[in-house]
Amino acid sequence: MIKVRIPTPLRRLTGGKGEVDLEGTSIAALINTLDIEFPGMKERLCDEEGAVRRFVNIYVNEEDIRFHQGLETPVTEGDEVSIIPAIAGG
Amino acid sequence: MAFTEEQLVRYSRHIILSEVGGKGQKKIGKARVLVIGAGGLGSPIALYLAAAGIGKMGIIDADTVDLTNLQRQIVHHTKDVGRPKVDSAAEKIKDLNPDVEVVTYQKYLDAENALEIYADYDYVIDGTDNFPAKFLINDAAFFSKKPLIHGGILRFDGQLFTIIPGESACYRCIFPELPPQGIVPSCQEAGVLGALAGLIGTLQATEVIKLILGIGNPLTNRILTYHGLETLFREIKIKKSPDCPLCGSNPSITELTMPVQEVCDFNPLEAEKKDQ
Ligand SMILES: [Zn+2]
Repeated sequence: MIKVRIPTPLRRLTGGKGEVDLEGTSIAALINTLDIEFPGMKERLCDEEGAVRRFVNIYVNEEDIRFHQGLETPVTEGDEVSIIPAIAGG
Repeated sequence: MAFTEEQLVRYSRHIILSEVGGKGQKKIGKARVLVIGAGGLGSPIALYLAAAGIGKMGIIDADTVDLTNLQRQIVHHTKDVGRPKVDSAAEKIKDLNPDVEVVTYQKYLDAENALEIYADYDYVIDGTDNFPAKFLINDAAFFSKKPLIHGGILRFDGQLFTIIPGESACYRCIFPELPPQGIVPSCQEAGVLGALAGLIGTLQATEVIKLILGIGNPLTNRILTYHGLETLFREIKIKKSPDCPLCGSNPSITELTMPVQEVCDFNPLEAEKKDQ
């Protein structure tokens, strides 16, 4: 299982859950699984071409996937994935 | 300039810290900090910097105090409803510490005035509540080479990090573009726990004081996030991006312009109603 941390703005889709455990071998696979469990997740994280939106960052074990293999970054048992969007409140 | 008797007493708990001392307290007394936004984050920032004896504090905010602000914007009191926020804040700062020189700007920061205002300060702190302002503040910090402490809050969560322009990751290294309107809700739409503003704002004030004193490790190249419901701090490593549209090797932003937020074709709040 891979722990995926859901940021505040997306928790309305998970019924308030801040963490979900999912199976998957890459970030892309996890996003697809997330979208099946919580419809609407993918369109918030990815654009029409399927790329990660430019105001969303995804980290595996606190490392930015942009500096790895992007959506194809592999994940394995015990990894932790964090989604960090920009937040504007002040 | 030597401390007065009163100042020695007032700042004694700082001066006694070996990392601060009289020398550090004098640095604080000479520092010029621009606080952008006199709201939830700006309130604790302004109050703690005033208490610390910051030399000069600029406060910029175009708004007037509204009753809905008082749940978290602790620099404003009930009697201030209807007053310009900058006047209300300046009064509290002066009451707290008359040593502080306060300059107020009752206006919005924009592409025309930002660099001119920044020029009078050494450090900038972002206490604003909207994306165009947050991106503008970052871009202006880059063009004027002023260290910036970024902060944001929403519901029970907050995030902050320090930007040393040209040296450490900037806001656009992490978030190259503004989210379209409606994708990330504002505090007005989604709410925010009042004390959370105090927590993140106070951390921002702490980080700027560290920069002024030149002590410890700055919060650069990492984002600190706070998750209030879990009572959990997390740190995410970030890097200066070579593809950053602002500070990267081939920038597309070469002069300061007002960042524009596109309108989004779906609204998460409406989606919520539909889903339930
Ligand atoms: Zn950058």
